[in-house]
Amino acid sequence: MKKLINKPENVVREELEGIELAHFDLVKVHYDPNFVVRADAPVKGKVGLVSGGGSGHEPMHGGFVGLGMLDAACPGAVFTSPTPDQMLEATKAVNGGKGVLHIVKNYTGDIMNFEMAAEMAGGEKIEVASVVIDDDVAVKDSLYTAGRRGVGSTVLAEKLCGAAAEQKRSLKEVVDVCNKVKNMGRSMGMALTSCTVPHAGKPTFDLPEDQMEIGIGIHGEPGRTRMPLKSADEIVEMLMEPIISDIPYKSGDEVLLFVNGMGGTPLIELYIVYRKACEIAKKHGLKVVRRLIGPYITSLEMAGTSITMLKMDSDMIKLWDAPVNTPGMRWGV
Amino acid sequence: MPIQRDDALAWIKAYAKVIEEQRSYLTDLDSAIGDADHGVNMDRGFKAVIGKLPEVSDKDIGTIFKTVGMTLLSTVGGAGGPLYGTLFLQAGMKTAGKMELSLSDWTEALEAALSGIVMRGKAQVGDKTMVDALTPAVDTLKDALRTNQPLNKALEMSAEAAQKGMEATIPLVARKGRASYLGERSAGHQDPGATSSHLLLKTAALTWKDVS
Repeated sequence: MKKLINKPENVVREELEGIELAHFDLVKVHYDPNFVVRADAPVKGKVGLVSGGGSGHEPMHGGFVGLGMLDAACPGAVFTSPTPDQMLEATKAVNGGKGVLHIVKNYTGDIMNFEMAAEMAGGEKIEVASVVIDDDVAVKDSLYTAGRRGVGSTVLAEKLCGAAAEQKRSLKEVVDVCNKVKNMGRSMGMALTSCTVPHAGKPTFDLPEDQMEIGIGIHGEPGRTRMPLKSADEIVEMLMEPIISDIPYKSGDEVLLFVNGMGGTPLIELYIVYRKACEIAKKHGLKVVRRLIGPYITSLEMAGTSITMLKMDSDMIKLWDAPVNTPGMRWGV
Repeated sequence: MPIQRDDALAWIKAYAKVIEEQRSYLTDLDSAIGDADHGVNMDRGFKAVIGKLPEVSDKDIGTIFKTVGMTLLSTVGGAGGPLYGTLFLQAGMKTAGKMELSLSDWTEALEAALSGIVMRGKAQVGDKTMVDALTPAVDTLKDALRTNQPLNKALEMSAEAAQKGMEATIPLVARKGRASYLGERSAGHQDPGATSSHLLLKTAALTWKDVS
């Protein structure tokens, strides 16, 4: 293992200390329990947005705390869900009197920990709503699995809900926006390499030089199929086809196209992916009205990409364009 | 003598040591079908438990179990945190105020722990989870209680049942947790959660081998 770290057990703590030093104008960092919170929290009269998950997906979620996005983010250990006490303290810290929305990615651990936190917050008379994002078309949604994983759409949900909350919409209205993203967003990812969890010290799985993993999740968990490496264009076709066929897109639909880097893939390659994804969308008559390209929901140093497509309406487009000022995403300010 | 408070403390300490020793093994099992963190997470949690135990070592067994549960809940994370946290919280509620445990007390505590886990995780037998190790262990305890087995013998039998349940997860296709994303590819691997649950009961049987 070759990593720019001091000790594996100090990775999350030292990362948080760095965030605190770098972005003190935007966020505060609370330790034991750990969470990143907006510098001006709680914002009175605004729905509070809390998300969280294992570390190793930076900038998600801590990098998305600030004006127009999250009010707080709870980082767990690397690839491990945070704990209910973190979520409860974060929820209390951002409660501005209009309720708090938990944006949860669909993983067994995240669900159970957020459920327990919501029960505890309820005990303290804070109104909490939860939306579970499950957009990964690589996983069959059936009674026989934990359901689809939450991946790229989570970033988009945090942006759109953050903008809606900033406009002082009610908890129910912010939940509606989140559900639109949940229902209209679909993703699929692939990996060229594995990744190494610092405390594990070796790659989570072996992926030979000439092979790739299609349908990968964001925790280095192996995907659905392994096959010989193909060209970028062929790979993009394999990712776009299941996404497009999953939601019945109509010709003329407006979409946001999000090409995400897994952490170890440079922008030069992500633009090659975007070029082909855009071409395929156009071939289906879809209008790409907004786009996001870059590493936003990563899997440590894994090389690979995921593509997310979100069907947009005019309200969602306005929310997307609204000002955002976070360490990981910033425009309009 | 039934299980005394000091026996309960000794069990938790012994398990913390087992987890430390088996940390890499559990993480390796999790690497194959999950996300390579089970051993590390459990080790972090039980190290925190060891730090907490002195505060409650003069309290009743229920308080000790509840403290273990709350500590695991706030330090383990992942799916293991809420599930092992629930196990000890539920067992703690059943044993509240008790300074010793009979076979009937222990059976009730473990049964409550298992129902709590099933409610929180919504897994059934055959889903390739810790429920596959715990369910036969609880059933065996209930049988032992009915047939008036000595306590140490019952504990040994329940650990053996947990081992069989754990081994039975190998050919299963996972239907809950992160391993379920793999579909058919999860078959052929032993479930890490069932493994740590078996170790918990095996450690109980070994630590409490002289109880009656």
